[in-house]
Amino acid sequence: MTEAAHDLAWRRFTPAQRIARFAVYLAIIAGIVVSIQSVEVIPEFLADAPDQVADLFARMWPIDLAYYPRGVHAALMETIHIASLGTLLSLVLALPIGLLAAHNLCPSTPVNLFAKLILVSSRSVNSLVWALLFVGIFGPGALAGTLAIAFRSIGFVGKLFGEALEETSHGPIEALDAAGAPALSRLAYGYWPQVKPAFWSIALFRWDINVRESAVLGLVGAGGIGMTLDAALNLFQWERVAVILLAIFVIVILAEVVVTVVRKRVL
Amino acid sequence: MLSLRHLAKSYVPGKPVLNDINLDIAARGITAIIGPSGTGKSTLIRCINRLVEPSAGEIEFQGEDLVGLSRKALRRARRRIGMVFQEYNLVERLTVMENVLSGRLGYVSPWRAWRRKFPPEDIARAFELLGVVGLAAFAGSRADSLSGGQRQRVGIARAVMQQPAVLLADEPTSSLDPKTSVEIMQLLADIARDRDIPVVINMHDVELAKRFADRIIGMSAGSVVFDGPPGNLSDATLKTIYGGEDWLQ
Amino acid sequence: MTSAATALPFRSRTWARVGWLALAAYVVYACAQLDVSAERIASGLANAAHFFGRMFPPNFARWDLLVKGLKESLEIAMLASALGIALSLPIGFVAARNLMPAWVSWPARLVIVAARSFHPVIVAIVFVKAVGFGALAGILALTVASIGFIGKLFAEAIEEISLKQVEAVRATGAPFMSVVAFGVLPQVFARFIGFCTYQLDSNLRNSTMVGIVGAGGIGGTLFAAFQRFDYDYVCAILISIIALIMAGELLAMGVRAIFIDGLSLADLFRGRVGRLAAQGERHLEDD
Repeated sequence: MTEAAHDLAWRRFTPAQRIARFAVYLAIIAGIVVSIQSVEVIPEFLADAPDQVADLFARMWPIDLAYYPRGVHAALMETIHIASLGTLLSLVLALPIGLLAAHNLCPSTPVNLFAKLILVSSRSVNSLVWALLFVGIFGPGALAGTLAIAFRSIGFVGKLFGEALEETSHGPIEALDAAGAPALSRLAYGYWPQVKPAFWSIALFRWDINVRESAVLGLVGAGGIGMTLDAALNLFQWERVAVILLAIFVIVILAEVVVTVVRKRVL
Repeated sequence: MLSLRHLAKSYVPGKPVLNDINLDIAARGITAIIGPSGTGKSTLIRCINRLVEPSAGEIEFQGEDLVGLSRKALRRARRRIGMVFQEYNLVERLTVMENVLSGRLGYVSPWRAWRRKFPPEDIARAFELLGVVGLAAFAGSRADSLSGGQRQRVGIARAVMQQPAVLLADEPTSSLDPKTSVEIMQLLADIARDRDIPVVINMHDVELAKRFADRIIGMSAGSVVFDGPPGNLSDATLKTIYGGEDWLQ
Repeated sequence: MTSAATALPFRSRTWARVGWLALAAYVVYACAQLDVSAERIASGLANAAHFFGRMFPPNFARWDLLVKGLKESLEIAMLASALGIALSLPIGFVAARNLMPAWVSWPARLVIVAARSFHPVIVAIVFVKAVGFGALAGILALTVASIGFIGKLFAEAIEEISLKQVEAVRATGAPFMSVVAFGVLPQVFARFIGFCTYQLDSNLRNSTMVGIVGAGGIGGTLFAAFQRFDYDYVCAILISIIALIMAGELLAMGVRAIFIDGLSLADLFRGRVGRLAAQGERHLEDD
């Protein structure tokens, strides 16, 4: 009796949804096809690739471990300092911008959008490109690298921090307002305690990523182990390249371990 | 139709959860298994379709011993065994219709299932079943937008969709409020009667069991201590099943 | 009486103060190590004014080269994402410890960890050596980066699914692939789309950079412009890059709206973006 009322064909998606999904599939496939056609792949190079890689590894062996103390260690330490100072600077700069971008703290939408624009721009420009810019301004060296890391991280920290702010609960703020607290106290006693764990977690996360980023900034002259790597690459000293890559790998792993340990014990 | 012979299960060697269970389930009627928590009711039900592997014994279903079956043969056998779960176990992000149709997954090739190309008779039957459980209007809703009682109805529809030879229900009403529990039990009873499917239900609630079941099996400490019609279930027997520390072992 | 036991990381304020002091001391130490001094910053700032003066107004005169570079970066990002997603699906799936035995999941997890350990630029350098200069090296390098990201998150998403839903589908007698299609994938699909759109944006950002080491894309053009001190051209390139990436993020939101929230094209044009799409990339920053 009830079947008459049903359309006995069942469709998973409405026609409008199907069109939309199909459009996306079409765009993806079209994009891939066009890209494959215009990307230049020289078949000889591709066929040659395994030999080239084997040759590369052959030249890297034996790894020049003796080079580490005099050539690598200082640069590695410089890399850590670049990462750490850059992260700290970015925290200081991102905090106000993140505040301005959060709608519940700063109700003015144009200001929100402007702050978000700053954050998006910071994220869109790669740390390597930031490094190029700062090398142009401040000259080669670790200062340029530190500023590059800082300016790139502002977007990251600001975005995640803004999200954390938007997720705070309104209750404590309401209570403070009811008690007549001024704006600064509202921030310090209402919002800050709620976002503090998230903030330090974001800071640790970004520091971890920045260690990885700092290692390559030297390729454009912004200090750190990247410069040693660049020099070794330009002189085709592959055994030194190998020890530098190994050092970078170890330091990245160490940073991850440190972050995991600190997370567990402190956060 | 379904016979358990010397069925035993130990999760930890030396501490059996099921001791030498021997049961014959007839081809019609509602059988309720009662007993306190931890007494092996859930293990028993899940051993039947080998969601839990028995340690020993035989499970004879429609002439086959399920215990020795290969994975492929076991899948074919499971098609004929419908199961309703305490926490409904619907795929929450899928729609009600997709959940009901998933009862037919044992009959449809994976490729057609992926593309959601089920045969029209299945779709017609799915709509019919949704009507029987009273959820025809919800066919396109996501499963997680439904209430507990509604979800269990979908679970029942999914199980009946398999056109099973037997329906197993593992504490189907334990997560529901008293009124909804009665509705679900009534639904199971109606389906059992209208479609002539035997139902085996695990339950906590003795009153519900007495009201709806044709046969009651009482378990204590992994063994069957009572087996008979609800009328025979005396208070003394209930005390044996539920009272005392026996079931703690 | 007794000091209240709190859930704070530091038992008392003195520990916090010590922490801040240590941090301040480190800053001073590190600045000295890096030769960061007030004079350098001051002279740099003077330089900066001069620098920005030369950057503005941006010079789009050589826009054909610019567009060519951007197009190549876009293609690198698309192909790397497509290849990366295609490979991450099986690798991530196999790496899920709740669905696969250990001898299968551990090699897959190793592959994913290895893919994440090296910066895309370093991987690009190796690929340039292997397959020569050009976009192919960039595509391969970013594919490796994609596998590291999507593979890891996909495996984690699978490890977090409710196995009860899977059990119910198994109980119907469904074959393994159907169990995956109906029990596993619906639970992770929404998050997976989020990962993919994020990785596309991330690849877009990185593809503008691998050109610096010769792996194709606008990075090469940018680097060359820098070395020629063509700062107004540099500014034009930077603005274009930012615009491209913002466009990419908008598109990503649209794709999420269509696949996760089930919106139609008409909805999108009307501006209804959908709750999940707008917050789809929440907490997903990884670089």
